[in-house]
Amino acid sequence: MTMFTIAGSPHIHGDNSTKKIMYGVVIAMIPAMLVSIYYFGFNAVRVLLLATVSSLFFEWVIQKYLIKGPLTITDGSALVTGVLLAFNVPTNLPGWMVVIGALVAIGMAKMSFGGLGKNVFNPALVARVFLLISFPVQMTSWPKPISITKSFVDVITGPTPLGFIKEGLGTGKTVSQLQAELPGYFDYLIGRMGGSMGEVSAAALILGGIYMLWHKIITWEIPVSILVTVFTFSGIMWLINPKMYVDPVFELLTGGLLLGAFFMATDMVTSPMTRGGQLLFGFGIGLITILIRIWGAFPEGVSFAILLMNAAVPLINRGFKPRRFGTNPGVVMNN
Amino acid sequence: MGVFKTFVLGGIHPEENKLSSNAPIEIVPVPGQAIIPLGQNLGAPAKPVVKKGDKVKTGQLIAEAGGFISANIHSPVSGTVLKIDNVVDMTGFRRPGLVIKTDGDEWDENIDRSDELVTEINYTSQEIIEKIKQAGLVGMGGATFPTYVKLMPPPGKKAEYVIINGVECEPYLTGDHRLMLEKGPEIVVGAKILMKALKVDKAIIGIESNKQDAINLMTELTNKEEDITVIPLTVKYPQGGEKQLIKATVNREVPSGKLPIEVGCVVQNVGTAFAVYEAVQKNKPLFERVVTVTGKSVKKPSNFLARIGTPISKLVEIAEGMPEDTGKVIGGGPMMGKALPSLEVPVVKGSSGVLLMRDKESHRKPESACIRCSKCTIVCPMGLEPFLLARVSKLGRYDLAGNEKIMDCIECGSCQYTCPANIPLLDYLRLGKNKVGNIMRNRKK
Repeated sequence: MTMFTIAGSPHIHGDNSTKKIMYGVVIAMIPAMLVSIYYFGFNAVRVLLLATVSSLFFEWVIQKYLIKGPLTITDGSALVTGVLLAFNVPTNLPGWMVVIGALVAIGMAKMSFGGLGKNVFNPALVARVFLLISFPVQMTSWPKPISITKSFVDVITGPTPLGFIKEGLGTGKTVSQLQAELPGYFDYLIGRMGGSMGEVSAAALILGGIYMLWHKIITWEIPVSILVTVFTFSGIMWLINPKMYVDPVFELLTGGLLLGAFFMATDMVTSPMTRGGQLLFGFGIGLITILIRIWGAFPEGVSFAILLMNAAVPLINRGFKPRRFGTNPGVVMNN
Repeated sequence: MGVFKTFVLGGIHPEENKLSSNAPIEIVPVPGQAIIPLGQNLGAPAKPVVKKGDKVKTGQLIAEAGGFISANIHSPVSGTVLKIDNVVDMTGFRRPGLVIKTDGDEWDENIDRSDELVTEINYTSQEIIEKIKQAGLVGMGGATFPTYVKLMPPPGKKAEYVIINGVECEPYLTGDHRLMLEKGPEIVVGAKILMKALKVDKAIIGIESNKQDAINLMTELTNKEEDITVIPLTVKYPQGGEKQLIKATVNREVPSGKLPIEVGCVVQNVGTAFAVYEAVQKNKPLFERVVTVTGKSVKKPSNFLARIGTPISKLVEIAEGMPEDTGKVIGGGPMMGKALPSLEVPVVKGSSGVLLMRDKESHRKPESACIRCSKCTIVCPMGLEPFLLARVSKLGRYDLAGNEKIMDCIECGSCQYTCPANIPLLDYLRLGKNKVGNIMRNRKK
């Protein structure tokens, strides 16, 4: 007699998988990778390879010898963490620091919580902040982008546009004086500015973001709420005093904001589950980012903002439930 | 597509695979032996009223309702009661049932066997409900809730709309689609009978836009009926769910834990509407139904009119045999149907289809860690958080599961369908629902 498979319904499954999502994110990061290789050359390749290979290696070692559970390094999540880690460090960072970053990201931030899906904080960002605090000099000495066309004259004397402005404001100069010495908006868009490897080109990041939205890997709520909050808040400050505060477009295009908004804050594991929660999460990130950029000790605050909001996610999830069916009965005539 | 109505929260778009939508309904020969489980409806099983060795005619009462929420069962064949014993039913368990040895096909003389359409309704509301009760009608969409109970609103509640469910959102199934095409006028009369029984003056027929021919035909048939409206709906699963259909057609939401009558609606499947027509106008009890037999490897995907009690193997035979690569047999559709243990189980009142799945489609993919992508929450048509309900159910925290409205789950399976980590969410949700339901019932006592 033939034996049939018995299982509970549903008997069909959509074609989505964790692998598809993770490799989709990697594909979305390709434009930013190409831009960084174009500007930073071999160093970008070196950091990318070091970060990804060591992330995969640490995940494998920990799964095999410490957790002794199933090996899931092919699911793509460690690869995403590796690429994001590379994106978050300057390309001239010494190799051993990149490896330490990978160990912190995978070992401390991800596996010690129980592995994929269980971590509270974005692993790549934990590593970035760890490196920033441990090696502040190396983490803030940004290489000059060497464009193949050579037509670009680098005028950045400070670390990044944001750092340059912050330092300059401290010496009593006005924003317009400082901005005159910086590259223009078009340069930020295509990546001609100092910064971490993956954050330099706004256009490449937006392209990746659109790809992920198109393939439903991310939803619009988190990136849009972050960007709108940053734009509105910095816009208000700029209107109050344009001499002291940079304009909102500058805030959007420079630093790690777009990288954070599209690739880091949208990390499924560490972001809220419902639309309302995601909007609040994005609002919080935007707000903290600008607070740090304007009044904080650091020129850039995206990583801190995301990590702080990561910590609030369990609380947000508790407070923001999806709208239950049946709570909006509509118009009933008789009863 | 976007111009049509649909429900708001959640929903998925599985491949439709309506392979048999062009196959006319084919009458299956009367089986040599009918196997009739006594528990064919939601609620209490029926109690036999015949003895071993009794002669019965087709359409004769053989088991009567075993309670308020229960339904009569009539003999689908004429012949001799061979035994009253345990029979293997859809669940694979042996449950009480009857076996009737067929001898010819002599029908009960009260049944009008002519094809003539009887449009005039000569009965009062009371009489209609009584006839439907006697005929053993249950919801034909698969839930098998006794039809007459739905037609008796509790005191203080009044129905406003009869909603005829022609959505058939389950992939593969086409029985309702064919029935609308072939028995459209009867369904319209059935809808009018239901309106009269409920004393309402508005009826809606909801049909998904992937059945344009049925929409056209039903619209044409109801052209002169001012009180019956056909509403085309955007294709989205699970639109055939009662609550989703009410939301899609009249934009009302049935509150948590309440019945559709709370918002003035009574939903009946097109198959039920046809059975109502036959029961009231033709005195014909429910002993046969339309069953789709389909699957990607099936040579002749078909729609059959089969007697209750016909072994499924017989239907598969007429559909040109079981494909060699069959790995799983589903009673019903692929989203909510039950996996069958063998082809020797009988057609029952709730059998909407038989789906023969290829072996390579029959196995679940290995489960991996939840990545908290929230896709289950996005697709849940009831606005629940399946990932959370599954987790608390797994941990035995039924108090939390109850607080998070696990009892609202309609078991449509959208969450599990969409889960990228292949977590069997619905398995855990069913476990939780079962436990929470027991706790709540015990509390009431």
